[in-house]
Amino acid sequence: MKLLSFAFAAGLTVASFSTAATAAEITGAGATFPFPIYAKWAEAYKKDTNNSLNYQSIGSSGGIRQIRAKTVDFGATDAPLKGEELEKDGFVQFPMVMGGVVAVYNVQGVPSGKLKLTGDILADIFNGKITKWNDARIAKTNEGVTLPEGTITPVYRSDGSGTTSVFTTYLSQVSEPWKSGPGAGASVQWPIGQGGKGNEGVAALVKQVPNAIGYVEYAYAKQNSIPFAQLQNKSGKFVAPEAKTFQAAAAGADWKSAPGYGISLTNQTGDEAWPITAPTFILVPKNPEKPEQVAEALKFFDWSFKNGDQMALELDYVPLPAQVKDAVRATWASDIKDKSGQLVFKK
Amino acid sequence: MVALSQERLVSSMRTPVRRSPPRTFDHVFRIASLGSALLVLIVLAGILGSMIYGGLPAFREFGFGFITSSVWDVQRDQYGAWVAVIGTLTTALVALVIGVPVSLGIAIFLTQLCPPWLKRPVATTIELLAAVPSIIYGMWGLFVFAPLFARFVQIPVSKLVEGIPIIGTILYASVPSGVGILTAGIILAVMIIPFVASITRDIFDQIPPVLRESAYGIGCTTWEVVRHVLLPQAGVSIIGAIMLGLGRALGETMAVTFVVGNANRLSASLFDPGSTIASRIANEFNEALGLQLNALMALGCILFLVTFIVLVAARLLIARVNAR
Repeated sequence: MKLLSFAFAAGLTVASFSTAATAAEITGAGATFPFPIYAKWAEAYKKDTNNSLNYQSIGSSGGIRQIRAKTVDFGATDAPLKGEELEKDGFVQFPMVMGGVVAVYNVQGVPSGKLKLTGDILADIFNGKITKWNDARIAKTNEGVTLPEGTITPVYRSDGSGTTSVFTTYLSQVSEPWKSGPGAGASVQWPIGQGGKGNEGVAALVKQVPNAIGYVEYAYAKQNSIPFAQLQNKSGKFVAPEAKTFQAAAAGADWKSAPGYGISLTNQTGDEAWPITAPTFILVPKNPEKPEQVAEALKFFDWSFKNGDQMALELDYVPLPAQVKDAVRATWASDIKDKSGQLVFKK
Repeated sequence: MVALSQERLVSSMRTPVRRSPPRTFDHVFRIASLGSALLVLIVLAGILGSMIYGGLPAFREFGFGFITSSVWDVQRDQYGAWVAVIGTLTTALVALVIGVPVSLGIAIFLTQLCPPWLKRPVATTIELLAAVPSIIYGMWGLFVFAPLFARFVQIPVSKLVEGIPIIGTILYASVPSGVGILTAGIILAVMIIPFVASITRDIFDQIPPVLRESAYGIGCTTWEVVRHVLLPQAGVSIIGAIMLGLGRALGETMAVTFVVGNANRLSASLFDPGSTIASRIANEFNEALGLQLNALMALGCILFLVTFIVLVAARLLIARVNAR
């Protein structure tokens, strides 16, 4: 009874708060990968609405910890939480923006985009089974390209990261030995190669070591003009990483197949689909203690869905397809309720 | 206590004949300094306690095998510290082997040989080196030092020693990337030199000039003075300075993470990548959950222990030298 009346009182205060026209500050924490675009959206959003976003890019698991501890209004994570975890913690999860991971290399005489690899070859390189660039299997997919004899040096991210998670998820999907060996996750046990810290560490090593191959976020590779490889997708076509192929991967996916849209966009079918594409996710409480704050956060996300596509493309992120955005909005409007059962998000 | 001193204060005001100095300040001062000293102990105990508490699940799960196992597999929740422990000790050893002779050379030059006008610039430069943030060393090490090191050291040396037993293994770079255990050791050496050098210089400065002058007086050369007068006089204190440097080398995190190569493998070559306890923690702490977090805490405990053992060993060494 006491609880009920408390809840009622809380609902009242909430109602009175949300009508107040003061500038809100939304707080969020988590993934480092989407930080640049969230920061850019926040800047534009502040100009537009005077409301500001304080986002701390402390890493995905840090973001999950913070939202569990309820110290922030939303958490952000690259690797989606599973259905039972969402259920247990009472979170609503949805994708916000997408990005791709690309294989970058340093092979003399092979300019960017000229190297063609299959997922299988990529996995075997990182597993130490293919050790030379002139390996027969690599030569077969690269007819007309002269590949040197040099020993391949794989370069990986030494710090736990969503990029590694996406990349190893893909390798696990396309290679059975990889799946039963190193597996998929934010850090795995790499059988060979060298580790660099962050995108910049990987990029530096790939640039410095002749015959090296590594993986970084697409935006990082593009902005720093590091040569990247074409990959063969599930439909058997070789594709180059670009906004078009990332969107193709998203378009072909069945977003509703996992709770909280927690699908992996790696290895999607579609002639144009880039095989290592990944969405990054937002977590908000289903029954927030501070509904007015969550409402502000959702307003920001809604605004970003509406106005943020161009900004995302400028920073080499990929906006979600329109129908996915609509589905996410519908989720907000049906699943997030305050303690009195009132919907937090209104369309 | 307070009441007592107030009473005394009041009484002393009433009879202004012979004023004993007020004790209040004395008391406060004593308590304040005791508190400062205790604070350090409490903080240390708190850190150690929480590290042990955090690491306990990992120790319980793997037992002693946590230290001797070289597996670090996050996906299967199997953790072992061996590679990181060896990497930590090796990089610190390399740092000492390179850093200590250079530091001694700097200190001897500054106190014995340096013309007065050069003394101040050199000393200031060395102290400035100590103020460079470690992330700068890391970035410089990765982007500037590593490529040069690969080109001018790793590749020629590997070519030279290839096929020679032992040296051909220790100094052979299968992948001349410029990063690795040796690079980390060199960067660490640069980082500890300012500490060891400036402490050693102060030690040399404190040796009574009369000893030196008498040695020169009976016709000793500079080398003889350094070898037979300065070093024996300073001996123990130099070990103290070295231990301070070693402490820093063992725990250095950011700079090492950039240049150590971050591979969880033991390899025979100093040119190969490895990892250290501090670099492993820096790499994985952000995204660690569950047992992985416990294992990282346990790694922290081990680093604590290793540093502690080193310091105790240094103390014992000093005590033995003193007793002689």
